[in-house]
Amino acid sequence: MNSAMNKPGKTDENSVISIRNLRKSFGDLHVLQGIDLDVKQGENIAVLGRSGTGKSVLIKIIVGLLKPDSGSVVVLGQDVEQLSAKEMDTFRQKVGFSFQSSALYDSMSIRENLEFPLVRNVRNLSRADVDKAVEKALDDVGLSQTINQMPSELSGGQRKRIGIARTLILNPEIMLYDEPTSGLDPITSIEINNLINEVRERINATSIIITHDLTCAKTTSDRVAMLLDGKFERVGTFDDVFADPDERVKQFYNYNFVN
Amino acid sequence: MFLALADVFAFISRFFRELFLPPYEFKEIIRQCYEVGFRSLLLISTTGFITGMVFTNQSRPSLAEFGATSWLPSLIAIAIVRALGPLVTALIAAGKVGSSIGAEIGSMNVTEQIDAMEVSGTNPFKFLVVSRVLATSITIPILTMYTIFVALIGGFLNVNMTEQTSFTSYIQEVFGAISYVDIFASSLKSIVFGFTIGMVGCYKGYNSSKGTEGVGKAANAAVVTSMFLVFIEELLSLQIVSSFR
Ligand SMILES: Nc1ncnc2c1ncn2[C@@H]1O[C@H](COP(=O)(O)OP(=O)(O)OP(=O)(O)O)[C@@H](O)[C@H]1O
Ligand SMILES: [Mg+2]
Repeated sequence: MNSAMNKPGKTDENSVISIRNLRKSFGDLHVLQGIDLDVKQGENIAVLGRSGTGKSVLIKIIVGLLKPDSGSVVVLGQDVEQLSAKEMDTFRQKVGFSFQSSALYDSMSIRENLEFPLVRNVRNLSRADVDKAVEKALDDVGLSQTINQMPSELSGGQRKRIGIARTLILNPEIMLYDEPTSGLDPITSIEINNLINEVRERINATSIIITHDLTCAKTTSDRVAMLLDGKFERVGTFDDVFADPDERVKQFYNYNFVN
Repeated sequence: MFLALADVFAFISRFFRELFLPPYEFKEIIRQCYEVGFRSLLLISTTGFITGMVFTNQSRPSLAEFGATSWLPSLIAIAIVRALGPLVTALIAAGKVGSSIGAEIGSMNVTEQIDAMEVSGTNPFKFLVVSRVLATSITIPILTMYTIFVALIGGFLNVNMTEQTSFTSYIQEVFGAISYVDIFASSLKSIVFGFTIGMVGCYKGYNSSKGTEGVGKAANAAVVTSMFLVFIEELLSLQIVSSFR
């Protein structure tokens, strides 16, 4: 099934993200060894994989934070590697990136954190416009009361949500979530899962959700892709992928649902 | 070793390239100048004052042997303006400012804040590195002038107590001893010190290894390396200035 979805060598015209034979190594460490992936408009896909398999590296390549060694990455019809600095800035406004470590700016208040992408990308905004956008973004994640706090005063779950709000402020077309629920308790994790689903409905975003958390994968995604040894060995619906008798897949499942 | 050197060179040349390319982060530069000045002011006031006082006190016996304690003000002036002022300021700033730049940028690197800036359409090198290096290069010379002033006051209090030298004659002797070359050379030297401290802090932070221990290492390396470089530069400036004198 997975070869039918990802024809090697040919980019699918309906996909928003189209990756072909992507490779990336750091010295002798061969992290990505031929990734193929297509994500269609409005689709949410979860990427699963063990720690250190290169999941973060993959989405950092998608937004051009890291350069691939070879292969092609076409996002929203543009080859990410060919973009000029200016085109890259415009492109990145359409892609929201929620970082694994939330990446809130420690030296800035929550308000300033949320304003940052806005005032840096959109010219000629009035103070009132900015305030309105910030208030709306905070309201959307249910954290209006934190507006004047500093990131260090927030809990891990709040920081994650602020990080998501900060990326939503530019109304992206694509959302990339790097382990949105890692380090959070089950109840907060469910809140984040719900937030991801709300975001999806609200802006009709296409998303890649990186996670170790199978509940998160199951509730937020249409398909899951399993990263094993630098490749997507399994791509399909949650139930299809985990029906697989492969030991490496089973281990992952058993750990998450140990009774 | 050579790889590291090439890396440093690339970092410095990137600084000069981005320095002249718009957009300019004026607001951030001013904020950083304020931070640098504010962070080290109290420490510099006390160390500068004590340096002036102690140096005067310790120089007195040697001069007294030749019956030349009247030379004390000019000796103080030369020592403080040419060497002690810039050096004390640079060392304090390396410890205070260099370490905090290393730690701050290091932790921004570790917690992906630098990546976050980049995807938000902001050049993090310009926003973080250029603004900080400019801030240290501008503020540390100003702090140096301040240190020199405070140290001279410290020296004056000491000679005033012991030799009863009046303030006007002290000032006259101080300005009689130093020349414009001294002031110019000291300012230039402090700019180089400031540049070094900012650059080393940013470089160590920007290239810190991932993980929390990377932050501590970056802060520590920033202090050790910039102090070492400040002394090397002091030595070089001695050679250069004496060839002009
Ligand atoms: N900039 C870099 N330079 C060198 N090595 C890197 C770099 N970024 C990632 N790596 C290495 O690539 C490998 C994959 O890293 P990555 O962060 O993508 O893992 P991950 O799948 O996201 O793991 P985790 O679940 O722990 O976040 C790791 O071994 C990491 O050390
Ligand atoms: Mg990761």
